[in-house]
Amino acid sequence: MSRTLSRGDQLAGFLLRVPIVETLGMRCDIKGDDMTTVLPFQEKLIGNFTIKALHGGAIGTFLELTAMAQLFLVSSAERPARTINLTVDYLRQGRAEDLYGRARVIKLGRRMASVTAEAWQSERDKPVAALHGHFLLARSGAAKD
Amino acid sequence: MDESIASLDKRIELMRQNMDGMTQVVPWARETGFKVTKVERGRVWGVQPFAQHLIGDIEAKVIHGGAITTLLDNLCGMACAASLEEFRFVATLDLRIDYMRPADSGRDIIGEAECYHVTKSVAFTRAWAYHDSRDKVIATAQGAFAINKPRPKASLGVPE
Repeated sequence: MSRTLSRGDQLAGFLLRVPIVETLGMRCDIKGDDMTTVLPFQEKLIGNFTIKALHGGAIGTFLELTAMAQLFLVSSAERPARTINLTVDYLRQGRAEDLYGRARVIKLGRRMASVTAEAWQSERDKPVAALHGHFLLARSGAAKD
Repeated sequence: MDESIASLDKRIELMRQNMDGMTQVVPWARETGFKVTKVERGRVWGVQPFAQHLIGDIEAKVIHGGAITTLLDNLCGMACAASLEEFRFVATLDLRIDYMRPADSGRDIIGEAECYHVTKSVAFTRAWAYHDSRDKVIATAQGAFAINKPRPKASLGVPE
């Protein structure tokens, strides 16, 4: 209660300053350590005009940001983690609609974390894409390299 | 089927003549601003120019990995198109990206993709992102692409 800024407030404030987040038009709905990300549909997110499908790169970027945001929310690092690797499974075509995302930190170690994330549209049980990745945590007070 | 894309050699020639158009018809590629620079049989090169609006690390001023995902995903798909004997639409099944080192701020990123194996239904690709040469990569990628059957319904994502 006496803390100046909650982790969620820190994250929300931070995301406002990241250009790629604005370019995508991504938003976050944060409640404590629980978060759903939203990617409102825009024409510029399309990858294939003839079938009006979202670009895999836009979906991948959204999922990577979702995973990093959730990791920031549950860790105490001062800066966002760095991606070591990630795999995105494309499960269904992303339609010309809003996309939602949620991530779960599977393991939070001292230096690294394992995170999964999923994106879906009108039906939660029919994911459009799933991500699994490893991230290198920024250590508090560590010198920047 | 359009005669000009029926054979692989003709299709590669068409891709070469049309390198700017290949990204102009993809809105998200237009947004990130990457360009195709070279096409060979089964191999495609491109460049992602440094751009402020793609920055993901505001301290180091480095573009977000998502821009590399976009670049390599798209180039891998194009490498499939430059590899399949018959014209087919492909869709990304999965893409794995490993980050070897951070990109430098302010520098363009070169992408190179190769389609190294094709079965009846799947094309396998790998890709590299770097500033100068593949000796010092920023990221490597490995992707599998589903080859859609030559029916309009399949390319529309309609279940069979």
